[in-house]
Amino acid sequence: MPLATIDAAAKRGVLAVQQYAAMSGRAMGNLFRRPFYRSDVFLQADIIGVGSLPIVILTGFFLGGVLALQSSSTLTQFGATAYTGQLVSFSMIKEIGPVVTALMVSGRNASGMASELGSMMVTEQIDAMRALGTDPLKKLVMPRIVATVVMLFFLVILSDMVGIFGGGFVSVVMLGQDGSQYFHTAYQSLEFPDVLQGLVKPVFFGFIIASIGCFYGMKTRGGTQGVGRSTTQAVVVSSILIIVTDFLISRFLIGIFGR
Amino acid sequence: MSAVGANGATAPDADEPVVVFDDVSIGFDRKPVLENISFRIRRGETRILLGPAGVGKSVLLKLTNGLLRPDSGRIFVFGNEISAMREQDLFEIRGAIGTVFQEGALFDSLTVRDNVGYRLLEEHLSEEETTRRVTEALRFVELEQTLDKFPSELSGGMRRRVAIARAIVTNPKLILYDSPTGGLDPITSTTIIELVMKQRDVSHTSSLVITHRLQDAFVLATHHFSREKNGMLPLPAGETDSHTSFLLLHQGRLAFDGTTAELVHSEDPFIREYIS
Repeated sequence: MPLATIDAAAKRGVLAVQQYAAMSGRAMGNLFRRPFYRSDVFLQADIIGVGSLPIVILTGFFLGGVLALQSSSTLTQFGATAYTGQLVSFSMIKEIGPVVTALMVSGRNASGMASELGSMMVTEQIDAMRALGTDPLKKLVMPRIVATVVMLFFLVILSDMVGIFGGGFVSVVMLGQDGSQYFHTAYQSLEFPDVLQGLVKPVFFGFIIASIGCFYGMKTRGGTQGVGRSTTQAVVVSSILIIVTDFLISRFLIGIFGR
Repeated sequence: MSAVGANGATAPDADEPVVVFDDVSIGFDRKPVLENISFRIRRGETRILLGPAGVGKSVLLKLTNGLLRPDSGRIFVFGNEISAMREQDLFEIRGAIGTVFQEGALFDSLTVRDNVGYRLLEEHLSEEETTRRVTEALRFVELEQTLDKFPSELSGGMRRRVAIARAIVTNPKLILYDSPTGGLDPITSTTIIELVMKQRDVSHTSSLVITHRLQDAFVLATHHFSREKNGMLPLPAGETDSHTSFLLLHQGRLAFDGTTAELVHSEDPFIREYIS
């Protein structure tokens, strides 16, 4: 009995990965097939990008601030408070900006996508769409993936910027450091590999958020309870994948550039 | 068999069936649902699919427009073997099939106008032309005043009528009705059946009507739509509509395929019990 259970669970896992790969592949393949749902891409970009602005700005600002606050007490012990700007900008651009922004957007949008598509599944609206001659992967999934990848990229840049300003605000106003020195070290210490790392990650994270959200939405079964289950799974799985992928990208780029 | 045309379907010969099921079987989780199903729907013909709840009627409907694929057997629609076609190619065929789902399956975030005109908007028809054709389709179901309403603002019967308008707006060659009267009160059910009959007798569209309500099935078989009266009238006593025939599913198999008279006079114990 336990063996049979493990066997069935393994098969379900492999099948889910296969279905996810097939769905993502077909959705992205639709990028190059007509019709291209441009207005749906813009609508999703507005919902995902503009709609996420308040949470991204708020979290970015306070994360930068708390980084400056926590690091300065340690740096003071070594007489190295001048490096606060460098530490904040490094942390924000390479790690915290992309990861926390992606997690925030995942919580807001992967759940939204899973619940929206899940509701459409259980009320046969997806079947109705297919019956009306429209490919739901083209009309619903592809625009969400494109919009999330593009908008998360810019949201992360914004979050990095606001975070560095937040750190600067805390350093100058609360810790009495020199503002010019803070921003000078924050800017001067950055090199191409650091910026590249910060810009590559949101592309992968955006794809994970939208594809996982849509995948769990499209495989929803079992009424409203099923919609709730899909929503939770979408957020949990996308969050875990974001953190795992973050480690893999960091390891890969550090391996190439040495920093 | 002929190839798909620009409008999603070929122009079949007059005698060529619109739908052919050839020894079709399908199951879920290793449990057979439909086994060795074979039947045809000819042009202009209405086939009423009867059967107890859970016997696989909706599965059969979804097989007909390619939303599900059979495990074995072949399905032809407008001469194209849809059971062997890629999903991308099926979208074109489905454009020529109207489907009315069990609960209507209207897009709840779109207005009635955008729901009914969905296919037209996808084909990039002008706004004026779309509104004109949507209004025409809504007039057919006598709901033209609901153009700007959302599905949540309509009653169950009205939603079902809007679903019928959405199915007929593109003048499809085949309409599939999945329990169009399910869960409705008798008066609203009669209105819906009258619309199905109107489409059958005015537009002569081939159709597959799934129902578990015998009363609705026999009303369809024994009445016709009168344009003069703008309503349904009973056929003379003993007469039945020659373009309407029955299919009956029992335990995943086709237990009956024939005319109204053959169904009524069948000696099969299950059929006698089912229609009694």
